Amino acid sequence: MTHRIGKTLSTLGLGVVLATGAVSGPLVGMAQAAGASDTEHERAARWQEIAKSIFGDRQIAQTDSLVKIDAPVRALDAALVPITLTMPKDGQIKAVSLIIDDNPAPYAAKFEFGPAADPAELKLRVRVNNYTDMHAVVETQDGKLYEAKQFVKASGGCSAPMGMSDEEAMKGMGDMRLKFAETAPGKPVEATLMVRHPNFSGMQMNQVTREYTPARYIDKLTVSAGDRTVFTMTGDISIASNPVINFAFKPDGKPIQVAASDNQGGRWQHSFNPPSPTN
Amino acid sequence: MTADAVHPRTFGAGPSRRHALFAGLCLCCLPTLGRAAESFAIEEVGPGIFVRKGLIADATVDNDDAIANVGFIVGKTGVLVTESGGSLADGRWLRAEIVKRTDKPITHVVLTHVHPDHVFGAGAFVQDKPVFIGHAKLTEALSARGEFYRKRLIDLLGEDRTGPVVYPTMSVADTAEIDLGDRRLTFTAHGPAHTTSDLSMIDSGSGLLFPADLLFVNRIPSLDGSLRGWLTEIERLKTLGATRAVPGHGPVAVDLAPALADLSGYLTVLRDGTRAAIAKDVPIEKAVTSVAAEQRDAWALFDTYNGRNVTVAYQELEWE
Ligand SMILES: [Zn+2]
Repeated sequence: MTHRIGKTLSTLGLGVVLATGAVSGPLVGMAQAAGASDTEHERAARWQEIAKSIFGDRQIAQTDSLVKIDAPVRALDAALVPITLTMPKDGQIKAVSLIIDDNPAPYAAKFEFGPAADPAELKLRVRVNNYTDMHAVVETQDGKLYEAKQFVKASGGCSAPMGMSDEEAMKGMGDMRLKFAETAPGKPVEATLMVRHPNFSGMQMNQVTREYTPARYIDKLTVSAGDRTVFTMTGDISIASNPVINFAFKPDGKPIQVAASDNQGGRWQHSFNPPSPTN
Repeated sequence: MTADAVHPRTFGAGPSRRHALFAGLCLCCLPTLGRAAESFAIEEVGPGIFVRKGLIADATVDNDDAIANVGFIVGKTGVLVTESGGSLADGRWLRAEIVKRTDKPITHVVLTHVHPDHVFGAGAFVQDKPVFIGHAKLTEALSARGEFYRKRLIDLLGEDRTGPVVYPTMSVADTAEIDLGDRRLTFTAHGPAHTTSDLSMIDSGSGLLFPADLLFVNRIPSLDGSLRGWLTEIERLKTLGATRAVPGHGPVAVDLAPALADLSGYLTVLRDGTRAAIAKDVPIEKAVTSVAAEQRDAWALFDTYNGRNVTVAYQELEWE
């Protein structure tokens, strides 16, 4: 059996794993992980409730072609769970929302795409606090909603301490890097955006005061190519610290602008030269 | 070195907001199967130096988190505990083994770093009022993580077998020395490596080095501090003058040079493989399955920890 719920600590030290840690580290495994015993029916009911709070009475249809979520079935590190959203239908997707049903703040992120976007593939890293369903909901250009789902086993990702002081975690806050993958001319360019920011969840303890560090997270991030928007992300505490987002855009030779803000009034702006069209 | 408190502070179970909602089943009500540690042997690895080999496993409901190499040194004036154990139950077992062998007082307990399998035995020694020795960064690391670890350990072992978080009463910022009458123990506080609170020790009586989790043998290392820093601290361990060591996990004593070579072999492959993955835009979820795969047969528990190590290394190296 791969999965002895409640009997193995894989995430405590050698045995408890943290945001930062592994066991012999940090305890890795978990005793009976929260949410592990919920039934399919309970999960579905919870999703109904969350969907209603976010999308109101709008209908959400199932899809396996408009959006797909890839996530590890069992997270290696609950504080950094890599997610890939695949949206292969070019030109049809207006926005995508990622919801982690059992997180303390389930609505992890919403991406609204602009004219310079190629939403075919989007990657981000999130925190997962429990065994949970994850939902991606896309809005198509005609205003309809479609959902896809994936179950993930992880626990403690939101409260896992960062392994450094708050001060250290905030060093260089707002620094950014943008890396471009090599692409054939005329094709969308894949890019990786890295932002230095602790994205404090509000559930992590300060090492000195031993009180909870207030939530401080990127709440808005806009990427533009020249004056055309690639996407605007609305974020929350479920995004992992030092956010990294992979996306694709249609270049036109103009600089890429990135503007970010957090919920405590932090604002940062950077401009990057686009990849040269000759390579 | 400073002694910043007379009594160890202990950390009780405070309610954590939001967490009550997520509490799991009550494992403390389940019957336990008896303790594998009863059959553990303690070996004398040097004059007056006793070590128990930890299980090559993760903490489970049956093993009291007795997974680290714990032990003690009997000196002329008292006993120094080299590692306390992975739980209160494990620490109590160790204390009973000490009392069987000597009636000297337990004067010192070393808290080698923040990980639960190395500090939760400390509660068993509070009654002896020893000096609890730790890295200068250990107090803040325990403040941030101690309760997190404790809750998880309680889920597994129950509160009675888990015990409190015990803080150091003597902190080592650089180096420090303890005299046990017939032998001196020299401590070195290391920079971020396995964790950010790694403390090593050399015994003048035997020349043995106690690197704790700065040295893993056979069991795959777990990275929780700094990959580049760990490689640096390995070089430092080589300069301390020891030829034999008691690793944090693995056999009770080993030749230092080949053991460090194996460790740095893995860490170097991990570093170079992760750097190469980042350079080629291999995303983290793919890197975890490919980086260091060639080391798989060399280490126990590889599948449990290597992917995690890659995740930690990736985050450190992607900002280079
Ligand atoms: Zn350790």
